[in-house]
Amino acid sequence: MTDHCAARVPVEKIKFRRRASATLAIIGNPNSGKSTLFNRLTGLRQTTGNYPGVTVEKHAGTVQLESTAIELVDLPGIYCLGGYSADERIAVDVILGRIADTPAPGGLLVVLDATHLYQGLYLLQQLMEMQVPMIVALTMTDVATANGIDISIDVLKKHLGGIPIFPVATTTGRGLDALKAALAGVVDSPPPQMPESWPELSQAADRLIEQMDTPVPRIDVIQALLHPDSVHLEILEQQLGKPRIAEARFTLFADEPPQAVEARRRYRWVRDVLGEALQQAPILERFEAKALRWLNLPWPATLLFFTVMALVFQAVFSWATPLMDGIDALAVGLSGWVSAHLPAGMVSSFITDGVIAGVGSVLVFLPQILILFLFIIILEDSGYLARAAFLMDRVMRSVGLSGQSVIPMLSSFACAVPAIMATRVISDRRARIATILAAPFMTCSARLPIYALLIAAFVPDESVGWMNLQGLVLLGLYMLGILGGLTTAWMLKRTALRGPKPDFALALPEFRWPNLQTVLIKLMDRIYIFLRRAGTVIFTVAIIVWALAFFPRASAIQTDMQTAIVQAESTLSGESLQQQIFQIENEAAAAQLSQSFLGRAGRFVEPVFSPLGWDWRVSAAVIAGFPARGVVVAVMGTIYAVGEKAEEASLVSKLRSATWPDGRLVFTLPMVLGLLLFYAWCLQCTATLAVIRRETNSWRWPIFAWTYMTVLGYTGALLIYQIGSRL
Amino acid sequence: MTLREMQAGQKARIEKVDASQPGVVRLMVLGLIEGAEVLFGNAAIGGDPLEVSVFGSAISIRKQQAGNFRVTPIDSND
Repeated sequence: MTDHCAARVPVEKIKFRRRASATLAIIGNPNSGKSTLFNRLTGLRQTTGNYPGVTVEKHAGTVQLESTAIELVDLPGIYCLGGYSADERIAVDVILGRIADTPAPGGLLVVLDATHLYQGLYLLQQLMEMQVPMIVALTMTDVATANGIDISIDVLKKHLGGIPIFPVATTTGRGLDALKAALAGVVDSPPPQMPESWPELSQAADRLIEQMDTPVPRIDVIQALLHPDSVHLEILEQQLGKPRIAEARFTLFADEPPQAVEARRRYRWVRDVLGEALQQAPILERFEAKALRWLNLPWPATLLFFTVMALVFQAVFSWATPLMDGIDALAVGLSGWVSAHLPAGMVSSFITDGVIAGVGSVLVFLPQILILFLFIIILEDSGYLARAAFLMDRVMRSVGLSGQSVIPMLSSFACAVPAIMATRVISDRRARIATILAAPFMTCSARLPIYALLIAAFVPDESVGWMNLQGLVLLGLYMLGILGGLTTAWMLKRTALRGPKPDFALALPEFRWPNLQTVLIKLMDRIYIFLRRAGTVIFTVAIIVWALAFFPRASAIQTDMQTAIVQAESTLSGESLQQQIFQIENEAAAAQLSQSFLGRAGRFVEPVFSPLGWDWRVSAAVIAGFPARGVVVAVMGTIYAVGEKAEEASLVSKLRSATWPDGRLVFTLPMVLGLLLFYAWCLQCTATLAVIRRETNSWRWPIFAWTYMTVLGYTGALLIYQIGSRL
Repeated sequence: MTLREMQAGQKARIEKVDASQPGVVRLMVLGLIEGAEVLFGNAAIGGDPLEVSVFGSAISIRKQQAGNFRVTPIDSND
């Protein structure tokens, strides 16, 4: 699991790589500059792996020091040790050593944002109660100074039980060397003194521990007292009996929710500490601040959001298309070269139509995914996505979700797989599942080639007002996806996932310039997720579909083809001979496909799809697309005997003139519209199903999603065709 | 008066938080507790959700939730 990164390390460096002597976890509030600090400290010496038995990725990196090396584990940001979302829970579980087969880190590198010490110190005092060695990196000191915030490190240190504090500015690198040098000694340093914020809590915990036969660490008792759903509570109740625990909890919290009492106690202490350690000088509001404030007014902010989205999608289309064409051309050229140098037959077909086409069908999505994710990550790193979640909360609430669902849904316009993984930030379980089931409706990059082909073939290229009709249809298909997704979430939240409205407690970070290194590393991470989770599945599917379309071979067709070519050679020559041979070969390929397993399957299911106006060819292409919709265009190319690498124009003209045996056109307008709707709503992606299974940890949701979306796509296409054909 | 009735640019001190209401605890974890001074920022279109800042950290809060925070306005000329 480390090899993809190790491969980037030059060989001469490996010799000097030292085994990490200790593991530190890097922990802090969201948006505290944690990831940027992690990247600055580890550089590219990072790996992504899995925690055993947990679906969350483990990000680790190595910090090279003079005499040793330290392993740093990056964790999702948290505000408290409560842990509401899946992401937050994993961070808490890692630092508390609750993950099986993964020992607790030897110490903590706590990231405190100098501009948000209020929430940072709230988390820090909970970490101090863990009684593990720790060190504090005070980030954003440059921003704090610019904002007139003066922090007395000595006063802060006095209140923080002797934890070493290192001010850093990740933008300039100031203070990084001192922090780095101090990392080596962390695990051997004594844990900090307990914070003075809430002595009753630790005293209550200590009293309980004294009464236990097999004492547990104090932090486990504290956690059990604060969080009634904690895993430690059961162990405690077994040892001490329920009444004693209940009594201790009542003394501490009375009738209030424990975390409310906790917040009051701890924030009171934070306020006292900050009152001593922090001086806020009055500053003149600078022009940028004024401009940003104006942009946060309701209407400008909403307008800005839609403008940003429009620009992002415009960029995705105009930049990704040439790149996708380039990858396509490369795959075609490579296949052409291979088939020219290998004898025609199974091996040649496997390499060109199976392997090269398979790799191509994965790579062709990369430009769009890359560009869209680049924008999403830039928006995320600059703090804008939280603002977008804030602005869209009202809309999302009307379908039973919250603003938190906006970010995964935006990602699913690139690929649903990383998007579904991004739902881990959603704290409400029901809202998270509803978002997971809505995400596959969004128009992902794999749907575009089919849309492009059918629109180019059957939608006239004319202007409607200032817009182009083809563009309008494409926009309509995007809207159809959004509509389908939101309606699904709304229906689910009223039925199977009925429950209280999801909370929406979200910190809104202020705008900050994105860090290039962080953006690039995050981008590599998403691309890796796509290649690993989606790419491998798409490739495997492409190979299987190739086999289904290739076997069995009818030797009669090959013999007939040879005879026809020999005949052509005796009557024609030059250019017209080449064309004739090309024609004969393509027809033979189509005939082979027609009697292949895939062709037979197409004929077999034709009765099912004929009410939608699809003949066996379309049916076969649709079946081939069920495991991964990306292969559909290539299969259509073969079925319609233009060769799968033919110019799009020749496939378009074939589709336009395709007829039923009785001479009626297959691709009528109602049929095409139905087919487009089918692709918009159908879940034709094994990778998505697999990731739904992983993230919901049940087979129920992927089976439901597949059945539901297939029925929806089928019914929609049926209605459009049947009604449209009668008009 | 509650957080709900505040105007953009107004400052107030939180007097009482009704922690028994669902979702309120999560806002308390972000620092909206008794004694905290809050600055009211901009709302989204339609006046919901609202933006309040406490110690320089902006937090998004839904209007319905804001009703659970009783506040006393502070004269912003202080």
